[in-house]
Amino acid sequence: MSKQRLIIIGAGMASGRVIEHLVETAPDAYDITLFNAEPRGNYNRIMLSPVLAGDKTYEEIVTHDDAFYCSHKIDCRFGQKVTAIDTAAKTVTSDTGEVLAYDKLLFGTGSNPFIIPLPGHDLEGVIAYRDLEDTQAMMGLGQGNRAVVIGGGLLGLEAAAGMAARGVDVTVVHIMGHLMERQLDPAAGYLLRKSLEEKGITIRLEANSKEIVGKDGKVRALMLEDGTELPCDLLVMAVGIRPNTALAAEAGLAVGRGIHVDDQMLTSVSDVLAVGECVEHDGALFGLVAPLYDQAKVAAQTLMGNEAAFVQKTLSTKLKVTGCDLFSAGDFAEGEGREDIVFRDPARGVYKRLVIEAGKLVGAVMYGDTADGNWFFGLIKDGTDIEEMRETLIFGPAYQGGVAADPLSAVAALPPEAEICGCNGICKGTIVDAINAGATDLGAVKATTKASASCGTCTGLVEQLLQVTLGDDFQMPTAQPICGCCDLTHEDVRRLIKAQELKSQEAVWQELGWKTLNGCHVCRPAVNFYLLADWPLEYRDDPQSRFVNERKHANIQKDGTFSVVPRMWGGITNPAELRAIADAADKYNVPTVKVTGGQRIDLLGVKGEDLPYIWADLNKAGLVSGHAYSKGLRTVKTCVGTDHCRFGTQDSTGLGIKLEQALWGSWTPHKVKLAVSGCPRNCAEATCKDVGIICVDSGYQVSVAGAAGMDVKETERLVDVASEAEAIDWTVAFVQLYRENAKYLDRPYKWVAKVGLDWVKERLDDPAERARLIEAFELSQSIYRKDPWAEHAAKADAFQPLADLKLEAAK
Amino acid sequence: MSWIDIGALEDIPLRGARTIKTALGCVAVFRTGAGEVFAASDRCPHKGGPLSEGIVHGQSVTCPLHNWVFDLNTGAAKGEDGSIATFPVRVESGRILLDAAELTARSAA
Repeated sequence: MSKQRLIIIGAGMASGRVIEHLVETAPDAYDITLFNAEPRGNYNRIMLSPVLAGDKTYEEIVTHDDAFYCSHKIDCRFGQKVTAIDTAAKTVTSDTGEVLAYDKLLFGTGSNPFIIPLPGHDLEGVIAYRDLEDTQAMMGLGQGNRAVVIGGGLLGLEAAAGMAARGVDVTVVHIMGHLMERQLDPAAGYLLRKSLEEKGITIRLEANSKEIVGKDGKVRALMLEDGTELPCDLLVMAVGIRPNTALAAEAGLAVGRGIHVDDQMLTSVSDVLAVGECVEHDGALFGLVAPLYDQAKVAAQTLMGNEAAFVQKTLSTKLKVTGCDLFSAGDFAEGEGREDIVFRDPARGVYKRLVIEAGKLVGAVMYGDTADGNWFFGLIKDGTDIEEMRETLIFGPAYQGGVAADPLSAVAALPPEAEICGCNGICKGTIVDAINAGATDLGAVKATTKASASCGTCTGLVEQLLQVTLGDDFQMPTAQPICGCCDLTHEDVRRLIKAQELKSQEAVWQELGWKTLNGCHVCRPAVNFYLLADWPLEYRDDPQSRFVNERKHANIQKDGTFSVVPRMWGGITNPAELRAIADAADKYNVPTVKVTGGQRIDLLGVKGEDLPYIWADLNKAGLVSGHAYSKGLRTVKTCVGTDHCRFGTQDSTGLGIKLEQALWGSWTPHKVKLAVSGCPRNCAEATCKDVGIICVDSGYQVSVAGAAGMDVKETERLVDVASEAEAIDWTVAFVQLYRENAKYLDRPYKWVAKVGLDWVKERLDDPAERARLIEAFELSQSIYRKDPWAEHAAKADAFQPLADLKLEAAK
Repeated sequence: MSWIDIGALEDIPLRGARTIKTALGCVAVFRTGAGEVFAASDRCPHKGGPLSEGIVHGQSVTCPLHNWVFDLNTGAAKGEDGSIATFPVRVESGRILLDAAELTARSAA
């Protein structure tokens, strides 16, 4: 029997493997003609990253050299494209005009990198990461060059790490909230980011690219949506691949996202097969090499007339970046009835998460220690029943007997120079030395080192140090952790966020040993606040970690409607504002209009979907959010002062307005209410506020820590000052000290009761500290002093239902 | 089953929710931090709180009115006697698909 003619389009890893199977098993079955658009044969594409990193040369990753093709008598048409296929006549036409007949045709056309059609995407120096040319372009960079990589997936990060290893200043721009979101969960993504940043790579998450800026036809910078410009000499887009199906579609093959194939790798047209990244099998596309090799094996069997079927299998991923030890396998998202086992070891930077469904392991994500990865992968693939070893599963195959994770490891992991007591500047090392020298209880540590002898918020940490240092000799007093998600108190978490410079929620979950994936409704709002208060520039408020009122910027009522309270600075309004409020009340059928205790007007009963529109209307009249819903500045209540009152001693209204304008928009541990009275008759009821100012002839009496809610308490005098400016300074400094130190949901009076008014006075009395507090507050306000209503009114869509299926049903 | 495309995954904030109007009342579609999507009744059986406005943590949501916590897999309230209806939902190519047959079948019943 004479040989049949096989034409292969595309010399890639999948088609190359088909050729190997054929020439090994049935060398006499086919005359093979191999077309390839690239002017070379088959090389191991997944090894381009080691080539980029300088660990391998191109020659080392060539799979099939000329000698291979020659010895198997393969007719190579490299650099030639197939331009047309006639499936009826069973011929292909090449770009040289030649027409070749086939008995069997195999598509291995692979995929094209997806290029985001940003303005400037066609500039010189904008590349994908796909072939040898791209790799060489990246290898051409070195010290002093800058590169931007769009895409924080597998390929993008390998490209970034490879260039960074060559001394290039690399920034990765990723649109999602964490790196490699398809393979990793946020916790592992956080650790990966940390490792990459240690390699000097800058990572920008949730960053939308807007435009590629060029100069003289060459890339100069990437501009982000927020206006940031990232200068670069090379821009690499690694945002995904698209199966290359154009030729197949023209030839009349069934094509979806990829070329449709059945279990035998046969396409919809007889005698035409397809393998690799260009195919779509049972709804799935393929990018990793393992399934491509499986397909190649099946395609070769089919070509040889044998029975074989391609089966999709669970896949595992590893990143080829030195020092970033990660592993992910199976399905760790999606699906009902699943349970997690999470293990974190902050001291070693280890995170492991197993996903269990119906007594079987279905997914695993690991970072830092991936030694057991393949064992877990085996359990996933085999569908092993793990109920018996469930308790100890996460510790891996070597596990015998039990050592529980150490809840003290976060403290144990701190370096000796980490500051424990911020008030007195005492480091861990000093305290440990004192303990070793005989200070074996809290009192003794306080007496010898001054640690925890001032505000006392680090008491929990000092106690943990005693326990770590003394072991069983120390009896730990029971402290209340924030919630069931962790073992630390609010005060400990605040202190550790500062000491360890934790700047993201993921960092807190990981480094402080959280037992849940992303906290709960108790700890998440607290941690969100602590992060934004301590790192105003690095961390941004996360609306999804806010209680509904603060996310919706309106107060939810018991029937699910909302209340809307526009700000009236110092309680002052005018006819135009009142008209706008009246018009809005009419237009949105507001059932109740009420004057509040904070000298403003409350519109009650507004529907959630109307919020952005009523805000837009109120904005037009110059009215902004009154933050009547927030853990932040609510109102500054005033009396009319010297403007009208015959008893007024100072301009209390004017001071109230200035204070409100300085403080509005800021987030605080709990709500903050102020009042300024123009004389000791105190018509503004300033002496039961968080900060109350009483004007007197000689100046201003600033008092703090009052209450008129669950508890009623008179304020305590903080300071008497002569000028309005000083009164504002002291107030701002007090609010910032409260922001930096209080436990979430402690009103100032509760916080002051814990730390003592003397401690507060001592801090604020120091002009340098006062200036620092004011500066820190201003820095935070540079971000938060703005109207959230105006911002949200522009995104009205987000307030509407996602879909209306009632309409759908009516159709 | 008849899957209806109700919107893009990105339309729901991570660890957030959006609502859909149906003949059965509002259905909340949740997106967890790990990227899973769940659909359930938007109404808390306790005092009718809108669950779509709650804090989403792990595979649970906390009602914004009185902090009842619901497991989104089963709809069961944790430590309380009550539950919410859950609905089949899946994500394909970044689009969220809801089983409309389920919704109309239950409303007809």
